Amino acid sequence: MINITINNRKIEATPGATILEAAQAAGEKIPTLCHIKELFPSGACRMCVVEVKGKPNLTPSCAFPVEEGMEIQTRSPRVINARRTITQLLLASHPFDCLTCPKNGYCELQSLSSEYGIDRVPFQGKTRHHYTDFSSPSIIREPDKCILCGRCVRICEEIQGVAAIDFTRRGFDTMVLPPFEMDLSETTCVNCGQCTLACPTGALHEVRAVEKVIQTLQEGKKYLVAQAAPAIRVSLGDFFGLPPGTNVTGKVAAALRRMGFRQVFDTDFAADLTIMEEGTELVSRIRKNEKLPLFTSCCPAWVKYAEIYYPELLPNISTCKSPQEMMGATIKSYLAQKQNIDPKDIFVVSVMPCTAKKYEAERPELSSEAGIADVDAVITTRQLNRMMRIFGIEFGSLEEEDFDRPFGAPTGSGDIFAASGGVMESALRTAYHLLTGKDLEKLDFEDVRGMSGVKEAAVTIGERTIRIAVANRLGNARQIAERVKQGNSPWDFIEIMACPGGCAGGGGQLFGYDPERVQKRITAIYSLDRSRTVRMSYKNPAITAVYKEFFGEPGSHKAHELLHTEYEPRVVQK
Amino acid sequence: MNKIFIGMGTCGLATGAGHVKTAVEKWAAARDMKVVVTPTGCIGYCKAEPIMDVVTDDGHRVSYGNVTADVAGFILDEVLVRKNYKLDGLLGQFKNGTTPLPGIPMIEEHPYFRKQVKYVLRNCGVIDPESLMDYRAHGGFKGFERAMGMSSEQVIQEITRSGLRGRGGSGFPAGKKWELALASKNAKKYVICNADEGDPGAFMDRSILEGDTYAVLEGMMVAGYAIGADEGIIYCRAEYPLAIERIKKAIEVLKSEGLLDAPVGPAGFQFKLRIKMGAGAFVCGEETALMASVEGRRGMPRPRPPFPSVEGLFQKPTIVNNVETMANVSHIMREGAQSFSSMGTQNSKGTKVFALTGKVANAGLVEVPMGITLREIVFDIGGGIPGGKAFKAVQIGGPSGGCIPAEHLDIKIDYESLKSVGAIMGSGGLVVMDEDTCMVDMARYFLAFITSESCGKCIPCREGTQRLYEILDSIVSPYTKMADEEENLLRFNRVLNMESLAQVIKDTSLCGLGQSAPNPVLSTLRFFRKEYEAHIYDRKCPAHQCKGLLTFSIDTNACTGCTLCAKKCPTSAIVGEKKKAHYIVDEKCIRCGTCHDVCRFDAVSVS
Amino acid sequence: METTQQTRPIDEVIAKYPKAREHLISILQEVQAEYGFLSTESINRISSYLNLPSSKIFGVATFYNQFKLNAPGRIQVAICRGTACHVKGSLNLLDSCRQLLGIEVGQTSKDGLFSLETVACLGCCSIAPAMMVNGQFFGRLDKKKLEYLIETWRASGRVEE
Repeated sequence: MINITINNRKIEATPGATILEAAQAAGEKIPTLCHIKELFPSGACRMCVVEVKGKPNLTPSCAFPVEEGMEIQTRSPRVINARRTITQLLLASHPFDCLTCPKNGYCELQSLSSEYGIDRVPFQGKTRHHYTDFSSPSIIREPDKCILCGRCVRICEEIQGVAAIDFTRRGFDTMVLPPFEMDLSETTCVNCGQCTLACPTGALHEVRAVEKVIQTLQEGKKYLVAQAAPAIRVSLGDFFGLPPGTNVTGKVAAALRRMGFRQVFDTDFAADLTIMEEGTELVSRIRKNEKLPLFTSCCPAWVKYAEIYYPELLPNISTCKSPQEMMGATIKSYLAQKQNIDPKDIFVVSVMPCTAKKYEAERPELSSEAGIADVDAVITTRQLNRMMRIFGIEFGSLEEEDFDRPFGAPTGSGDIFAASGGVMESALRTAYHLLTGKDLEKLDFEDVRGMSGVKEAAVTIGERTIRIAVANRLGNARQIAERVKQGNSPWDFIEIMACPGGCAGGGGQLFGYDPERVQKRITAIYSLDRSRTVRMSYKNPAITAVYKEFFGEPGSHKAHELLHTEYEPRVVQK
Repeated sequence: MNKIFIGMGTCGLATGAGHVKTAVEKWAAARDMKVVVTPTGCIGYCKAEPIMDVVTDDGHRVSYGNVTADVAGFILDEVLVRKNYKLDGLLGQFKNGTTPLPGIPMIEEHPYFRKQVKYVLRNCGVIDPESLMDYRAHGGFKGFERAMGMSSEQVIQEITRSGLRGRGGSGFPAGKKWELALASKNAKKYVICNADEGDPGAFMDRSILEGDTYAVLEGMMVAGYAIGADEGIIYCRAEYPLAIERIKKAIEVLKSEGLLDAPVGPAGFQFKLRIKMGAGAFVCGEETALMASVEGRRGMPRPRPPFPSVEGLFQKPTIVNNVETMANVSHIMREGAQSFSSMGTQNSKGTKVFALTGKVANAGLVEVPMGITLREIVFDIGGGIPGGKAFKAVQIGGPSGGCIPAEHLDIKIDYESLKSVGAIMGSGGLVVMDEDTCMVDMARYFLAFITSESCGKCIPCREGTQRLYEILDSIVSPYTKMADEEENLLRFNRVLNMESLAQVIKDTSLCGLGQSAPNPVLSTLRFFRKEYEAHIYDRKCPAHQCKGLLTFSIDTNACTGCTLCAKKCPTSAIVGEKKKAHYIVDEKCIRCGTCHDVCRFDAVSVS
Repeated sequence: METTQQTRPIDEVIAKYPKAREHLISILQEVQAEYGFLSTESINRISSYLNLPSSKIFGVATFYNQFKLNAPGRIQVAICRGTACHVKGSLNLLDSCRQLLGIEVGQTSKDGLFSLETVACLGCCSIAPAMMVNGQFFGRLDKKKLEYLIETWRASGRVEE
């Protein structure tokens, strides 16, 4: 440890830590706007400047390592004046529509202005203008609100390997734009929404959906049902001051019901359904030794990514629809039949931790031949929070309730879909049974869990060893896809999730790119898994029932018709 | 056979040196004489371009200035045929081992050259920059050969002893930079020569690149040997086509001579060199931005540490030195540290090249020992201010520098003394300003430059300089419809903000460009506050430069009603009948000055 | 510059460069030298050649002054706005030029003959005010000289060597 002084307080710091890290560890808050944990400091925003004794200029704490004997002031008048001025400079070229901005209350610029008590903006003059881009089904871009911190650019390029946007022009005229100033929908954007998490202001946010859902609810013409993805239960609490990863499953169900949804379902069921279909597909491919490795298809951002960059790998991607779509399709077929409701009257609202699910729901091939979409509206975790506030639902006062039961109780194998590696783990639990007819003794596959980008394992099932890989973040997916493309992949089964940590870190969650928070959600998900009585999809009684009553068996003709889909190469501005 | 030298640097070419060459060749052909025309670089006396040196039959080299194509033949007739040397434009004769011609002054006695010391510029305008033989004949590659006989540490010691500081701007000791790079253990290292001279008003590096190309490359090779690098990159502005062409040729020659791409010397030192063209971004003069540009990225600086000498180009240890530094290295290695350190002041050794321009009689390139006074440069070398105007200030160090007023003319130039008056050495731009130059306009000019050249990465520079510019612009802009007092108050407010904003930009910007961006404002504010106040309170520009604050009017007595001004006025702001006095409609007038320029009767007055 | 010359196909222009990002700027420079500007098609071709997202290339192309994304005029006038030129009245020169050509900075005249731009500093400060036209330098300019030059070029449609 090395000794430094922060605000005249002697503390010990880890060698190699930045001033920012040392200060945070010592409980001193330093504001940042461009900093992203995990990535090389960009040093662009200068909000994190501190005064270091002996240095002529202020020092950016995010980029400067601590040194023995360093004397640091994080709140001297000079530092505070600099931060105030920088905030004022940002405000001078920022639209003043905070009250009507989708980011109102969650905007980092807004909180800086409030924290530093900015009561006037002494500068005025030129501002940057670009039309608002509504082209994407998932993400709205408002370049006028961009403060050019570069977080979105770096996430898109360095984490996701997509680079749909970049800085263009320079100086005051700099703007973050797609190539040739095209619309986002024409680019390689895969709708993952990580940029919306990273964006400190209202420049990037998801497409509105709350108004449409509320209107449909209030018109009362449709039979509204809701489904909530596994990740929602460990992330909605974020919006109500609960510690990250708090399990609020019962409150999610209660809140949706109180809003007026006729039935509320747990997407856990569809996750188990997915495992039955995908597990069967895997076993069949392994037995025939064809089209291997098999890639998962739960993540719409990954599917789009593959359609853009790896058309040759499309036959390797599971034909299974994602759980949200399977849920919708099952509701509008099986449930409609069972409860005697006209599928045309059913309006399925999905609550997803994801912005790409909005795009997925609009994919034309995910509607029935009669033009009935599997899912009618998708709201993100953030938008569920918004709806609850509009409806005046007090989170604290909600009693825990169960999801509706035609689809049974939540299962551990469904819950863990929220985490990177979860689909793999569930699939292995079931594949083992499908291949051997026996139950696995040890259900936990620790090797595929956690936040690391690429996880590999080999699993012996009967006489056969199945080699698997799990990747999250599309930049890592690319490495795997390249090897598969070149034909030298050792794997049989590969799970890919676009977002860091899987859906727990989805682009529709609470604003802020925060891997530590995601890790806490993941930990919570695995402890939920351990607590469930049913932890294998094939043991879910509701699954047994739905096959018995409706689909027949996994991979049946009917299952194919309703639960499987196809992919096509996609031509966009690369 | 007679030898003729013609200065064919960019400024020579721009003033017609190419035509002079043609004229000389025609002249020779007509007389069936054999002359060899050698194009040289720029000798620095740009005012006298095109410059032609004629070597007489007995080996005397006599230099003439302002040689246009029309008079070239006449001069050759006189000098070579009639042996008459005393002609208009005579600059002097060179010292070249011959007994001097009687009655003809030596060129170094010319007032322009008398106080100069040609250390790094010694070959510019003297040798054929494209001839390695000529360069070798003037001692070229002796320094490199000497370095080959020394260890890396010894070479660095020599540079450290010479006291050479980086000539690119901040003056970081070159030896120290090299030491850090040598200490970085890595099999791959780079030497970069920063030839992206972007300071508006500076062309020292261009002249050296054009006039003494090999000296720069030799310096890079020495640097490569010293730090253990095997690759050098010269990053040159695309706006310097002649320099680029010469560098490319020189690299090819060095390859064919086995000095590049092949083991040299006892240690088997093998070095490769390539040129990268900049694409027009001032910020690429900043070393981390430059490296980003070499890597094919947007030229945006990154925070340091890690410093380039530890982690630079492609994450490998890299040193970046500018052209003048590299050229100095080759001379220091040849003649020893002493030859350099014997000149200059305590902490600033050697000479410095300045591009002397602006309102000065003898504009051009000057090389002076550190410690010379500004007065000597402007008045003794530069010949003072033309047109009987009064000296006002010099702007030194480009957009990052500051203005030095008359009261500091006797300042001895070195890195520290300039800093003490709020300027910097910079790369060596020295723009002289007279009473007709408005200092507020100058500050605004530099801010306009900075805002258009800011990379846009960090907030204080991107947003702050734009606001600073707008504040200055409001000071020089005409009245709006607001009441005078209210408007004055607003302006006053802005000026109050201006100083504190300037300080924050300086204090928090990411790179040197941003940190120094407010200097032109702060330094003019320091020395010419009254001029700001005149603009703000009296709404007057004392130098009559800020068009927004000028009023154009027509003297009815002097006006003949010729209608020329009315015809030329771009906004039809001038009315009047033929042969009767005209009037200017102030609301329509955009203060372009056309009427003033075209009036043949001096009837348009400006106030 | 020479629009009459046959241009090479882009693949031929870029083929000699190794497929690495560090050559991007050199490639862009050579492609622009060949075609006068960087078209969307050119950028896309370079993008797939270097396997580099077009957003990155567009970002680079819009960062540097040198690169043009639209076809420039046959005669490209670049007025120097360096300090020395500014002090010697280059702003007035620029104004005159805008009037004479009838275009703003960054524009190309309707007949495609002239385009006007400014450059930070040409580095020939001693002959200020200066401009560069199709790679040639012109110094010690004033309004009259500028008028004469532009009228000559307009008449002949080209810049004499």
